[in-house]
Amino acid sequence: MSSSGDSLGMEEKSSGKDDAFVRDGATSEYITVMIGDQLFGISVPMVQDVFMPESVTPVPMAMPEVAGVLNMRGRIVTAIDMRRRLDLPPRDDGKNGLAVGVEYRGESYGLVIDSVGEVLRVSDTSLERNPSNLDPRWRSISMGVQQLKDKLMVLIDVEKVLDFQGRSIAA
Amino acid sequence: MDDLLSEFLTETNESLDVVDVELVKFEQEPNNDEILGNIFRLVHTVKGTCGFLGLPRLEALAHAAETLMGKYRDGMGVTNDGVTIILHSIDRIKEILAELEATEAEPSGVDSDLIDQLVVLSEGGTTTDVPAEAAAAEAPLEVAQPAKEVRPGEVSEEELERAFQEAEGPEDMVVAETPQVEEAAAVAPEPAPVAEAPKAEAKAAEAAPKKEGSVAAQSIRVNVDTLENLMTMVSELVLTRNQLMEMVRRLDDSEFKVPLQRLSNVTGELQGAVMETRMQPIGNAWQKLPRIIRDLSKDLNKKIDLEMVGADTELDRQVLDLIKDPLTHMVRNSADHGLETAEERLASGKSEKGRVTLRAYHEGGHIIIEIEDDGRGLNVERIKQKVASNGLATEAELEKLTEQQICRFIFHPGLSTAAEVTSVSGRGVGMDVVRTNIELIGGSIDLRTAAGKGSTFTIKIPLTLAIVSALIVESAGERFAIPQLAVVELVRAKADSEHRIEHINKTPVLRLRNHLLPLVFMDDLLQLERVVPEVGEQDPGAIVDGDAEEIEAANSNPTPVRRTSENEEAFIVVTHVGDQQFGIVVDSVFDTEEIVVKPAASILRDITMFSGNTILGDGSVIMIVDPNGIAQSIASELSEASDKAHSDAETANGNDGEMSLLVFRAGSGEPKAVPLSLVTRLEEFDVADLEHSNNQSLMQYRGKLMPIINVVESAALKTEGRQPVLVFTEDERSIGLAVDEIVDIVTDHLNVELTSDMPGMMGSAIVRGKATEVLDVGHYLTQVFEDWFRKEGPAGVPEAYGKKVLLVDDSSFFRAIVRPMLSMAGYEVTEVTSGADALALREKGEEFDVIISDIEMPGMTGFELAAAVKGENTWADIPMVALSAHGTAEDLNRGREAGFDDYVAKFDRDGLVQVVNEIVTCKGEAA
Repeated sequence: MSSSGDSLGMEEKSSGKDDAFVRDGATSEYITVMIGDQLFGISVPMVQDVFMPESVTPVPMAMPEVAGVLNMRGRIVTAIDMRRRLDLPPRDDGKNGLAVGVEYRGESYGLVIDSVGEVLRVSDTSLERNPSNLDPRWRSISMGVQQLKDKLMVLIDVEKVLDFQGRSIAA
Repeated sequence: MDDLLSEFLTETNESLDVVDVELVKFEQEPNNDEILGNIFRLVHTVKGTCGFLGLPRLEALAHAAETLMGKYRDGMGVTNDGVTIILHSIDRIKEILAELEATEAEPSGVDSDLIDQLVVLSEGGTTTDVPAEAAAAEAPLEVAQPAKEVRPGEVSEEELERAFQEAEGPEDMVVAETPQVEEAAAVAPEPAPVAEAPKAEAKAAEAAPKKEGSVAAQSIRVNVDTLENLMTMVSELVLTRNQLMEMVRRLDDSEFKVPLQRLSNVTGELQGAVMETRMQPIGNAWQKLPRIIRDLSKDLNKKIDLEMVGADTELDRQVLDLIKDPLTHMVRNSADHGLETAEERLASGKSEKGRVTLRAYHEGGHIIIEIEDDGRGLNVERIKQKVASNGLATEAELEKLTEQQICRFIFHPGLSTAAEVTSVSGRGVGMDVVRTNIELIGGSIDLRTAAGKGSTFTIKIPLTLAIVSALIVESAGERFAIPQLAVVELVRAKADSEHRIEHINKTPVLRLRNHLLPLVFMDDLLQLERVVPEVGEQDPGAIVDGDAEEIEAANSNPTPVRRTSENEEAFIVVTHVGDQQFGIVVDSVFDTEEIVVKPAASILRDITMFSGNTILGDGSVIMIVDPNGIAQSIASELSEASDKAHSDAETANGNDGEMSLLVFRAGSGEPKAVPLSLVTRLEEFDVADLEHSNNQSLMQYRGKLMPIINVVESAALKTEGRQPVLVFTEDERSIGLAVDEIVDIVTDHLNVELTSDMPGMMGSAIVRGKATEVLDVGHYLTQVFEDWFRKEGPAGVPEAYGKKVLLVDDSSFFRAIVRPMLSMAGYEVTEVTSGADALALREKGEEFDVIISDIEMPGMTGFELAAAVKGENTWADIPMVALSAHGTAEDLNRGREAGFDDYVAKFDRDGLVQVVNEIVTCKGEAA
């Protein structure tokens, strides 16, 4: 993860606190983000940076999930509105979201989310499969659910988020 | 220096360096097949290239060395002296190469000393003069090569270079080298170089001023990726410079100004230099063509000349690679489809030899490539048939298209006009692929064709793909970049100014220099939603959500309030794509910027309206509009206007004369017009008198019931007051067309500029300086009386029924007028657009009872057509009627002389039918 001026500083949680999750060898690190009322996790190796999406240029005729394009230090980043992607209503508190920068097939994308939490290291063994009654739209982009102490964290499969194939483009 | 030669030198020198290294390895591991194979291959390549370039001395030497190595490869024992001799041979080759590089001619001389030894060795013997123990690299040299210029086995190139410079001229060398053939050498050196010299010298003289040192040292091979990388970085630099310039521009007095100016200049130069490294002459893409043409002419039994003009025109390597295949394909096509066989050419009065001309030149920031042939031209009729049979367009649609538009169908997938599939072309793939490839690189392709004279394909492509100049425009608060390549001009439109946006049935058009330019509103096109001012400016974060709302609103509301209001000021970007010309209406225009095209993310690539995105000087990202995508999204008939614009001469001749038009209003505010000659009467009825039956409005008129239909078919008739009606009568049938208001009768030139998809409208024209829709009367007649054109002929001439009339007129408008007249009278009408097409029908064995022909037509005039018809037996007996606007006595006589049986003024509706009736009747009696 590159740290730069507009990247938000994130402190990795000291491992002591979450020791409960690190019992067996295999662990993974996730950045926790909030979209609506739900906690999500994005695998740390996927994440390049976290930034404030500024001067987003809307792309006419694009899929509604595409919030627009923006300039991120000389790179053109395509911003994906995660609320739309998850079929959630637009934000009504008037606050600006943040974007998690990811790279997919050599292209830069920004997943626009509500807020960023912390970096968590959790054991892979506590990963549960998607519950079968989960909204198909959610299920299609989730790798599974991590059971944290007090809440559930849906793990976002970045590749699936950006894979719009098979979906109606005209939407 | 010859490109081929310098390429050869660079390459061979490299190969030889490798051979040196490999040979040494080989000496140490004589049983390593891999190394041997490697060396063998390299030497073989050198030999092959030498033979190809006509360098006999090199070839002979390389051949001998190759033979020996071949033996080794086949299992003969490797001896040290063998390797040594091979090394010597390599050295000799290098010497010759050095000489070659300096003089561009192979030095004369004989290498029999080495060759003999090589031959002996490869025949299994041992060389006596090379002692076996002389394995050390230096030792055998003295023995084998007493000549003074001989170098040790592993000289470095620098040494060779120096050695060469120190060495005496070639003649001395030759003498010293081969004392045993002194006699021959004394004679040989003179003529040999002389034979090749003149050309080489001329070139050398040209190149002399900048040529210093050797080619091998001057040119280095750079990996293409490295260049691409460099280009990307320079592109970024350009962007950053633009950004800095933008920032400093806002400061009034900045100390940065001067250094920034410097930076800007350097960046510009750097950009130029890097671009130059990628530039290659287009001739590189043409190299194979002479051979292809030669083979083709043999295969097809045609005589073909290939002329290439502007082969040194340079363009970006990347672009060059991309157009190579399309170009080859098109040249093949021209030779195969375009050109006729020698016999056909002679028969049509052309020289036996066909010519394909390839032309390249720079124009603005792009390169134009033309592929021209002087063959038979495209067969419009056949394309039409193909188009219809492949279901790409209906015949009715085709009727409305110009020849040019029809020809453009060859760029559609799955349309090959070759009657038969030859090995060369005609497989139905090709031109569409060509077009796709060219459009992929932001280029465009178009064609011109003239029957019997040939076709010209024109390709316009940007010089480079990385950086383009673009116009930055704004619509609905969003900025977009339009590549300058496609922009012809900018027009500022204002409601009360000379240029204002007018509408024909809600279709916006602009009058530009007496032509109608179809317009598209950018906000409409891109489905942009105008932000109502009250909402206030969107803050950056809200855009994310705001955008979603916009799209939602756009989906839920079919007619949102977008579009620049007519009263407001708007800018029209006149855009040219292929042959289509249209205006994109935007709110405002900023300046032109050099932008670096960056491909859009893959999830955005399905949007054909954009070709990519870019970062502007101020750091914001904007989308780059793809003019091709826009052109495709606009209805194809748009190009009609530009077609006309390109063929002013044609219209001047074709739609000769003025005609009386009845101008009226119906439906929308735009005036409509119909040729007065078609209207029988103008009537005004009291709406109360209208009767209704069977869903039809009827009116008692002269003792009969006359159907009344509204010109605007969806609209209801007036409910009270008086209703103006245009009455059209044929024999005993009449129909009335209800209009809102009869405006005027005007006499004007009628040029239908835009064809219309609207039923009942033929198209739009400028009448008395106003955009006016022209009514297609036939549409209404058939609506009421489905059998209008099929009914029995009028009582007076029963002969007319089923008689075949050939109508030759280049103007689709007049064909559209004359056809219904004749059809109404009972004739079966066949239409063609030119004399050549008419004669083509004759070739096909078609028969007609009467030929009606226009006089002034592009290409073959009516007089020429008449002469041609009367000049050959098949059709000699078919009576011909001339149709012209000028009915002067002189014309009449000339027509008679040419072979016309009668002469009718255009628009003399009754006259024409009468004349045709008479002729048919007379002929019937005579027969």
